[in-house]
Amino acid sequence: MFDDFMTRATLAGVGVACAAAPLGCFVVWRRMAYFGDATAHAAMLGVALSLALQMSIFTGTVAIALLMAMTVTLLSGRGYAMDTLLGVLAHSALAFGLVAVSFLSGVRIDLMAYLFGDILSVSRTDLLVIWGGAAIVVALIAWRWSALLTSTLNEELAYASGINPKREQLILTLALAVTVAVAIKVVGVLLIAAMLIIPAAAARGFARTPEAMAATAALIGAISAIAGLRAAYLFDTPAGPSIVCVAAVIFAVVSVFGHKERMGP
Amino acid sequence: MSLISATNISVRYGANTVLRNVSLSVEPGEIVTIVGPNGSGKTSLLKAVIGAAQLTAGQVTQKPGLKIGYVPQRLHIDPTLPITVERFMRLAQRVDTKDCADALDAAGVPDLLKRQMSALSGGQFQRVLLARALINWPDVLLLDEATQGLDQRGSAAFYQQIETVRQDTGCAVLMISHELHVVMSASDRVICLNGHVCCEGTPAVVASAPEYRALFGSGTGGALALYRHDHDHDHDHACGHEAAE
Repeated sequence: MFDDFMTRATLAGVGVACAAAPLGCFVVWRRMAYFGDATAHAAMLGVALSLALQMSIFTGTVAIALLMAMTVTLLSGRGYAMDTLLGVLAHSALAFGLVAVSFLSGVRIDLMAYLFGDILSVSRTDLLVIWGGAAIVVALIAWRWSALLTSTLNEELAYASGINPKREQLILTLALAVTVAVAIKVVGVLLIAAMLIIPAAAARGFARTPEAMAATAALIGAISAIAGLRAAYLFDTPAGPSIVCVAAVIFAVVSVFGHKERMGP
Repeated sequence: MSLISATNISVRYGANTVLRNVSLSVEPGEIVTIVGPNGSGKTSLLKAVIGAAQLTAGQVTQKPGLKIGYVPQRLHIDPTLPITVERFMRLAQRVDTKDCADALDAAGVPDLLKRQMSALSGGQFQRVLLARALINWPDVLLLDEATQGLDQRGSAAFYQQIETVRQDTGCAVLMISHELHVVMSASDRVICLNGHVCCEGTPAVVASAPEYRALFGSGTGGALALYRHDHDHDHDHACGHEAAE
């Protein structure tokens, strides 16, 4: 069954959706949307580095994404507002990455494939990396769920319960780096943040508990991946952006029709 | 041994020293209140006690296995985060639905289990916070201006409940409060803080200390009238202002 490229693409999309959903919820709850963006943009530098050093793209992007996250954590609270800091770092990293790629002589790489993803060329090995990475992220989040949630609600409440919110933040950052690295192949550097945020935001209207919101987000993400790929096949549109479009349409429908229900008693 | 003891702690944020050489201890079953003007380091002291503030000097020790119930000053729940009262109460602690329901009953807000936290009124929200803090039979309850946003009746009832809880469970209470008349009538010990410990002792001792009067002025006279006791004794108590410079 793995011989069909559409099957592999669908499985890859669903895998990324599953990892991105619970993580995306935390990104939304903690107002870290730009943090996801910054990590993703920095991944471009990781791609260049991996190609230059001839190591796997996954290793390179995880390393750079982590470095980025650490830099942001270190620099925050030093006089710049968080969004300014992230704006500077994200776009600098993207620019440096693009410049670095141009220096790579002898390597002809398809830049578009990294910027917008190349889900239709997912190999069996890629699939293994994506599902392995997704499993690690989901396991990590599930293991730390309660502590992460407490730290998200209130830091002092976490300390009083014997939880160190700084450590939980680090775990979240780590999970974000892994997700970005596995999602590059699927939706590309520019649209990863969309896979994190849009399904989680769409799930908000349905959920009464944090767990329900994460599960619903995973479902919406998976539906987007399947329907988006199908649409891409039918209308001959780019696959990654098509997936994000479907997620966006779901979000729009939920926001318009779900609104009344939430306002009610 | 003391439940919590802080010895000569200092806390600094950047170049700004907020706490200087502060010592404090909480014994089982006592109600200790920290008073002080804005910016006197009250919240920082409470943060230091739970390990949420970085100390530049001194140390904080907790009795091994100490269970802390903490009621924060303000708890903002992002509107994107859906959470029911029950889920919130069971967060990071092992309790079942019945425990939650009982705790809410005791806090005077029954039938809220299935409600969204974001749909609660200010008073209900504070009581849910208190119920959550009390659910696991803590050894010590920490309250950071927990009655902020409650009206006078609400806050009186809130403190009434804390007194009841102390009687029923014998837990100690360490709280920050602005409501001086409540402080003065309900506390066993008052610590007057202004970056350092200005004075400390029983409410009567502190109320008559010149350091306290310098900070709070004569305006407190009215509030103190509520618990007024024999005030014709003289005022030369030794009230430890060890950190005064």
